[in-house]
Amino acid sequence: MNIAVLLNMVPDLVEELEIDASGVALDTQWLRYVLSESDDHALEQALLLKDRRGARVIVLALDRGDADEAMYAALARGADEAIKLSGIPEQGLGKRATATLFKEVLREVPTDLVLSGVQAIDDMDGHVPGLLAGLLSLPYVGVTRSVDVAGEGKVVVHKEYPGGLVAEMEVDLPAVIGVLSAPQPPRYVPVARIRETKKTRAIAERQAPPVDVQAGVLVRRLLKPEPAERAEMLNGSPEDLARQIVTILEDRGLLR
Amino acid sequence: MVTGDAQPTGPGEGPGSSIPLSSHDVWTKEFNPCIQCGMCGGACPLAFAMDYTPRKAIHYLKEGLLDSVLQSNTLWLCVSCYNCTARCPTGLKITDVLFPALRDAAINSGVQLPAEFKRALDNTYRYGNSLGEGPRKRMEWTKGAGVPVPVISQLKRPVDVLWLVECYPSYHPRNQLQAQAMARLLHAMKVDFAILGPEEHCIGDCERLSGEKGLFEDLLEYNSSLLDKYAYGEIVTGDPHAFNSLHRVYPALGKHYAATHYVEFLAARLETLRPLLKARINARVTYHDNCCLGRMCHLYEQPRDLLRAIPGLKLTEMPMARENALCCGGGGGGMWLDTIIWQAAHERLADRRIAQALATGAEILAVSCPFETSRFEDALKSTGNEGKMVVKDILELLDESMGRDGGTPS
Amino acid sequence: MSAARLDVWIFVEHLRGVVAGHTYELLGKGREIAGTLGGHLTAVLIGNQVQTLAPTLGAADSVLCVEDERVAEFTPTGYAAVLRALVEQGAPRLILFGATSMGIDLASLLASTLGFPLIVNCKEIAIEDGQVIATSQMCGGKLLCEAEASGESVVLTVVPGVFPTQKGISDHAPTVESPSLPALLEDVRVRVTRLIEPEPGDIDITKVPILVAVGRGIQRKENLPVAEDLARLLGGTICSSRPVVDQGWLPVSRQVGKSGMTVKPKLYLALGISGAPEHLEGMKEAELIIAVNLDPKAPIFDIADYGAVVDLFELLPPLAAEAEKRRAVR
Repeated sequence: MNIAVLLNMVPDLVEELEIDASGVALDTQWLRYVLSESDDHALEQALLLKDRRGARVIVLALDRGDADEAMYAALARGADEAIKLSGIPEQGLGKRATATLFKEVLREVPTDLVLSGVQAIDDMDGHVPGLLAGLLSLPYVGVTRSVDVAGEGKVVVHKEYPGGLVAEMEVDLPAVIGVLSAPQPPRYVPVARIRETKKTRAIAERQAPPVDVQAGVLVRRLLKPEPAERAEMLNGSPEDLARQIVTILEDRGLLR
Repeated sequence: MVTGDAQPTGPGEGPGSSIPLSSHDVWTKEFNPCIQCGMCGGACPLAFAMDYTPRKAIHYLKEGLLDSVLQSNTLWLCVSCYNCTARCPTGLKITDVLFPALRDAAINSGVQLPAEFKRALDNTYRYGNSLGEGPRKRMEWTKGAGVPVPVISQLKRPVDVLWLVECYPSYHPRNQLQAQAMARLLHAMKVDFAILGPEEHCIGDCERLSGEKGLFEDLLEYNSSLLDKYAYGEIVTGDPHAFNSLHRVYPALGKHYAATHYVEFLAARLETLRPLLKARINARVTYHDNCCLGRMCHLYEQPRDLLRAIPGLKLTEMPMARENALCCGGGGGGMWLDTIIWQAAHERLADRRIAQALATGAEILAVSCPFETSRFEDALKSTGNEGKMVVKDILELLDESMGRDGGTPS
Repeated sequence: MSAARLDVWIFVEHLRGVVAGHTYELLGKGREIAGTLGGHLTAVLIGNQVQTLAPTLGAADSVLCVEDERVAEFTPTGYAAVLRALVEQGAPRLILFGATSMGIDLASLLASTLGFPLIVNCKEIAIEDGQVIATSQMCGGKLLCEAEASGESVVLTVVPGVFPTQKGISDHAPTVESPSLPALLEDVRVRVTRLIEPEPGDIDITKVPILVAVGRGIQRKENLPVAEDLARLLGGTICSSRPVVDQGWLPVSRQVGKSGMTVKPKLYLALGISGAPEHLEGMKEAELIIAVNLDPKAPIFDIADYGAVVDLFELLPPLAAEAEKRRAVR
């Protein structure tokens, strides 16, 4: 079975996000990128299928935001092949455009199963795997916590609902799955192995075709929510405080 | 067995395969001279909770039973206190070689690592510090110092002292107060110093002891290129672990930098410092010898000299002092293996040590390692002794005596 | 059906015979937007034997109800196929989904299949000069993006809890239409085999939206039930900082912090927790943090949204009573 894992680099929230002078993009001075957390889980899920079912794992990424580092780490973890799509517009590349570009690369990559993180922190105009499934007219299930082979030509997935309820679904291949989490945490790869991988393995490159960056959604402005310096302190007797707290919960729709 | 949220997989079960024994010269050559005397196990403060004591682990390794050892909790309970190393009659490097090699083997054989441990290593690789904080925030503490803290890349001239602030003093709120105190002391003593600022990365001593050889090498390459780039007289650091690596490990790898810990640096300049210590601190103080400065580097008198220089201060010793000091439990990954150690031992070394400190009747426990302040303050709370004693770094006491204590964590 | 491209459609999310609370939030906001557009509000209800749910959707003008045993259980692919057929016929201006497990799957599939623009995680929706303007919450709430969706039909997913539920509840009886679409129920490439209940054993606190957290301030194991009762009343569960777990009063799975779990619940009610950095690391991303501590200088107040300096044992009884009282009137 051939599994393609789509890796997306997203803003690293370790530093404060700043909005640049244009008002529609993030300031890049201190901006770093990190592999989207659920893509990390998607990769782990793919590697588990490789370990247990003998699948072949190909990782794909758009060439932006330190994707090379993520791809070498993926190879060091056990991915068989890495393909990078270069020549993509950096600024304003939304998820619809991202899904469209991945669709183009996948034409040349034989895959039975496409895995990617079901959502990413910088999603605004959609979520990549769901959009990709629609573009490819492939069956799709998102928000999964496990994916396994279920006999010839199909996989069985566990989709998470609120309260820990899970729906078990069979999906005919070829298919796209949006992973929320893998059955086990992403495996650690020793730094020595990453360093060795950088010296011994290569990332294949393909040129990206032109794509509509905006796809019908135009960013008017980015803003940061008002930061609260400190807690708003409530005062009064315990009964007063109780009333105030319950009102806060009610206003937020938390009282059910 | 390793408990907590990590379930180890057996050989051949986890991703990746088990490392064949023959590729580990560590067990067959380096530890072959072990005479099985048992000093290591006897001296180890956590041996009582280990599946195999260090002695037994070495025995198993010599018998070719690597997998049994890798499956045990032994390798996760070492806090790099160096008691075993200090006492081994054969001079075996148990702390610096055996445990890191075991952890390296565990990591490579696909054993599931404890989440906190993994996170700390991932953070160090990505951000250059185990706390996972960004480079820009590394300068935040300087805002509350009350004195200028120059960054060497902006000064563009040689300095006498390059001060390696290290990670906890830069980022952890409790330790930032100590960094600020040190800045004021250096300033008052008219020391020509500068820091590295946002480009500073961890020296990685604890990561090395945790078994991440590759990460330590990566950091060594990065740090030596920085240290070679700038011109300075000597390196001073407030972090005993950074000092441990710079002083003992770097030279073995061909990297020689003149580095001291602040206790040495300040003690050597007492004639300048003493006149500044005007305010009395009328208290009984007991000093905790940390493992790196103490057992491994023998810096016992310098911290005491500094404390004795403070007017009004009465120094009292714990029975287990100097080379016999009991580790706080934070070294060598101990900060990141708290849950595992707790579940195996049901006590924290810091709790044991704080009881010894309290027994001296001292009001203040003085320390000189950033890990210790939080660990001992926490121990006071956990043992129900909050309010009976305060924990202060020597820097904070000197700063107080200089009459300019305070300052704000950012 | 009414005039095209002015209507607002809401996907009705239901599971095991119960309509999800946030559907009413969408109905309320949808009502408002339909009013601005001058169009109709339609609730789309897909399932088997679900017509009984239609009367609760009175805030809508009509309910499009597709009932068939082949769509008895939700599958993204199956439901998206039905929706696609309905949308192609009905041509709504705006289609709203909750940003939920079901909603995000459907929204992505539908939008890309039909070539409609999609904006996710909306916290605000407005119509300006006939254009759909939505504010999307990004980067864990640290960034807001105000965007304009151009196109005849627009798909949005909405963050649950942002719009008030009350506006979506009405006594009015909506008209129910039952189009039959046999051809499109053939997409059976995804099939539900069973629903799995969560383990009765221990709870995964990272999945619980309401957490009542206790710290050293709880003092004794015997005091835990007071906090547990409150948690139950609020529909959540208790968790704690490390010292409580160390004492063995709660299992490790309930520990929040650097050595424990990292949680991002909708509500984190911190009782008697001082807020050591190691604990804050595990919960500072919670959406709403309310902290109760006797020490006004406790660091937890630096990151909490609301704080109260009061003895938690004095606060808990009236808090539980008030919560019970206000829940009952809804």
